[in-house]
Amino acid sequence: MNLEQVNSAWDKVSLARCKSRPTSLTLIKYLCPDFVELHGDRLYGDDPSIIGGIGFIEGIPVTIIAQEKGQTTEEKIMRNFGMPHPEGYRKTLRLMKQAEKFQRPVLLIIDTPGAYPGIGAEERGAAMAIASNLWEMSALKVPLIGVVLGEGGSGGALAIGVCDRIFMLENAIYAILSPEGFASIYYKDGSLAQQAAEVMKLTAQDLFGYGIIDGIIPETAGGLHKNPEYTFSILKDTLITEFKKLLKTDIDGLVTNRYDKFRKIGGFDVTK
Amino acid sequence: MENFFEDRKKRLELFHKQVRGKQYSNPKLEIPSGLFIKCDKCNEHLYSEDISVNHFVCPKCRYHFRIPARYRIKITADEGSFEEMFTDLVTVNPLDFPGYPEKIAHYQAETFESEAVVTGTASIKGIKIALGILDSFFMMGSMGSVVGEKITRLIEYATAEKLPLIIFSASGGARMQEGIFSLMQMAKTAAALKRFSEKGLLYISVLTNPTTGGVAASFSSLGDIIIAEKDSLIGFAGQRVIKNTINQALPEGFQTDTFQLRHGMVDLILDRIDLKDKLYQILLLHQGSDEFGTSK
Repeated sequence: MNLEQVNSAWDKVSLARCKSRPTSLTLIKYLCPDFVELHGDRLYGDDPSIIGGIGFIEGIPVTIIAQEKGQTTEEKIMRNFGMPHPEGYRKTLRLMKQAEKFQRPVLLIIDTPGAYPGIGAEERGAAMAIASNLWEMSALKVPLIGVVLGEGGSGGALAIGVCDRIFMLENAIYAILSPEGFASIYYKDGSLAQQAAEVMKLTAQDLFGYGIIDGIIPETAGGLHKNPEYTFSILKDTLITEFKKLLKTDIDGLVTNRYDKFRKIGGFDVTK
Repeated sequence: MENFFEDRKKRLELFHKQVRGKQYSNPKLEIPSGLFIKCDKCNEHLYSEDISVNHFVCPKCRYHFRIPARYRIKITADEGSFEEMFTDLVTVNPLDFPGYPEKIAHYQAETFESEAVVTGTASIKGIKIALGILDSFFMMGSMGSVVGEKITRLIEYATAEKLPLIIFSASGGARMQEGIFSLMQMAKTAAALKRFSEKGLLYISVLTNPTTGGVAASFSSLGDIIIAEKDSLIGFAGQRVIKNTINQALPEGFQTDTFQLRHGMVDLILDRIDLKDKLYQILLLHQGSDEFGTSK
């Protein structure tokens, strides 16, 4: 497949997952060279698939939380391919509460195939951890900006995605579940993922069209890995502008706007 | 598989007859008296009238059959107290997903419901509540835009009217045919519950068979008190997905109601037959006290 020409939704899925695509750590280094990583959920453990910490982005102190897939095979295994366990979501919540205390805005970088489907994850309350984040984020009293860097996979992505602004990179995807999962449930055949991707409406352009995201950050032809600096510098300018705008909004207004943003999402009719 | 659909049809007919009276049943399919239904667990052939007087709990092994929303209302709310709300919301096809409208029409015809949730107000032994019930017989209780919107409107109504809220979940999760819209209902319902909670109001979440996926990971898990009905599958990820990911067999009793109790995720497990009394007791405990000036 020639990814220089992106035509289908599946091309975007392939680019979003491309093994040379820069991951969250690269973006964090670019945005925030002095990043201090903070570990652990204080309850069970530290989830390496979610990185959390603090630093300055052009003089603005921020908390950054990012799902990290890993670059090398070794890193990928260590990071569990970016599939968080409940402790990852609880670390996220702990650091968001900390950010609220110190009135630091939060940047959340989404890049996950989904929450990890495993025995331990269920035992430690995956559903509960995700639900708690949705609930707390909806009323957190600091500005929240989300960026979908590569894959936004289902509840595992949304669990760090209830934000005042949500941006997607041009070839990122965001969906209710993976095309493979969708195909295996809907077509009873996981190998029909390509076909599933085309009907799922999971591209940044689809979501922007539906009014679910606030903007698309462009990538160079061939994808992010061809020229990460190009995309990252646009993203950085966008983040600075938006954080400054949100920081000027009074906090109750901010929380109300966030409520309304999600409140209005839904496709239905009302009969007279 | 054919048996499964036959069995499902038989059960739905039985429920329709129980809840809605004769005019709703298809005369060709009307359940002959003396009909037998096989228990999902002990495989015993049960006389339909025996299980229908027993809240659809197997008289032999106590297995709890799945029940539709209207039947749940019948056994939970005071007779005649349920007033349905938000029936004006109509499902559309936001992603233009092929075959979705036909699927909706099929379930509507089969269940006599317009969607996978029924919402309104009711009373339990005289205490007025806001009540939402997901219906697993309608597309496995999946949450699309209408389900999310009805749940959210119910929560907002309960917030405005200062009513205690009870939601019975029965859902496989998000509705795939509505894609990202379905996913975002999780955030919408959770946000509404946060506002509800900030008013000091009571939300009892009752998890019934099954409560999984995006419903488990949103409003179902956010109750002040979380009750699991006996014999409920409760969890986030689907068992097949987990099995394929970890490449090993799942432990006995995985994602059951007792599993969730053991891992600290639910407050209590109840038999269907005890639910109404216990709900009343909990509601009563949250009414406050005149003597101490805390009454609501």
